Amino acid sequence: MSETLHELRLVVNGVTHDLRVPARRLLSDALRQDLGLTGTHVGCEHGVCGACTVLLDGRPVRACLLFAVSAVGCEVTTVEGLTNPDGSLGPVQQAFLECHGLQCGFCTPGFLTTITAGLRDNPAPTHEEAREMVAGNLCRCTGYQNIVRAVERAAELS
Amino acid sequence: MKPAPFSYLRPTSLAEAVQALSADPDAKVLAGGQSLVPLLSMRLAAPSTIVDINGLTGLSDIEVGDDGVRVGALVRHADLLAHDGVRRSQPLVPLALAHVAHATIRNRGTTVGSLVHADAAAEMPAVLALLGGSVEVVGSAGARTIDADDLVVGPLETSLAHDEIAVSAWFPALAPGAGVAFDEIARRQGDYALCGVAVLVEGDSVRASYVSVSDVPVVVDLSGVADDDLGDAAVAALDPADDIHATAAYRAQLVRVLTRRVVAAAREGADRR
Repeated sequence: MSETLHELRLVVNGVTHDLRVPARRLLSDALRQDLGLTGTHVGCEHGVCGACTVLLDGRPVRACLLFAVSAVGCEVTTVEGLTNPDGSLGPVQQAFLECHGLQCGFCTPGFLTTITAGLRDNPAPTHEEAREMVAGNLCRCTGYQNIVRAVERAAELS
Repeated sequence: MKPAPFSYLRPTSLAEAVQALSADPDAKVLAGGQSLVPLLSMRLAAPSTIVDINGLTGLSDIEVGDDGVRVGALVRHADLLAHDGVRRSQPLVPLALAHVAHATIRNRGTTVGSLVHADAAAEMPAVLALLGGSVEVVGSAGARTIDADDLVVGPLETSLAHDEIAVSAWFPALAPGAGVAFDEIARRQGDYALCGVAVLVEGDSVRASYVSVSDVPVVVDLSGVADDDLGDAAVAALDPADDIHATAAYRAQLVRVLTRRVVAAAREGADRR
């Protein structure tokens, strides 16, 4: 028996996409496999690591804890949508570059989306608040110090 | 790490949602999905039908009255945490919500969903039990109110019938002169607590509710216990177990330390009101 496919329309980074997917297709997989937006990375696939974090109507959510069918009618922003309109690096991306906030880069998309929304809600975080802003994202390379610095640098650049 | 296939229904009315649950004894309700989807992805659960209630209207309201706060089934933790009226009516709700997972999870997860997920390692079932709140459910037999005491019947198990959907939760307001406090110890801010404690002080009554030290939420009456004996009295009423995160002895020590600390904070809160 073949699996039922659902026709749905997703708006990702301002672009409308029509796709046919089974209900169990996670948003993270729909972004990567169906839409080719491989900037969203998939780490643990059960909501712990934060690598797949995207913005849903502007708020960070785990794309691996959401079915694509549930995202219908929402505006999705991925790491590909964080650059400036002219294609140059957005403030959080620029801050990661300046502060060496990444090494292998696997976790970086989730940090960039989380911090983008975090600084929108709290444009001038204290050091403690900057640490807590990224507490839900795992990085196995950096030891976090430069990521926290990047949060503070991004706040200056924003 | 992919969910097994399921039929997906997104009803637009509560009656339709109840009907969908009645029609399939293996169906499961999806609200925020922050606990359910990991279970599906790890294939610890494989329901044949998912009834997504995110399309229902009228379940997203936070109503603050003189006697308490009513929270609709689709209210996200983040919105309840940020609500000023809730903070004024029952400050224990935001005090505990600040410890519910990470902000990113709180943006999608629902408070009512957490209550009926009935995880004794979660903060909000402990809060509802301590405050004597309730959950309103609707099923094919009609609507009814389940008191917090009757809600959780076992680990991850509630007294809801299969075709009942939790539509709202009720958190009673904090009485004048009463005080509340919450604290927990976790490896990182936002991780599951190794031990968490909520306390309600009301006149001579001192009661504490615990997170992650029992299979179901447990409220311990500590009224009349001398300050120096609070920790031991709490441990005597609980039976913390070993797991991969902490030994029973370490958990008991956290119960002792946190109970004293949180009772003191709740008393301070009561004095300020």
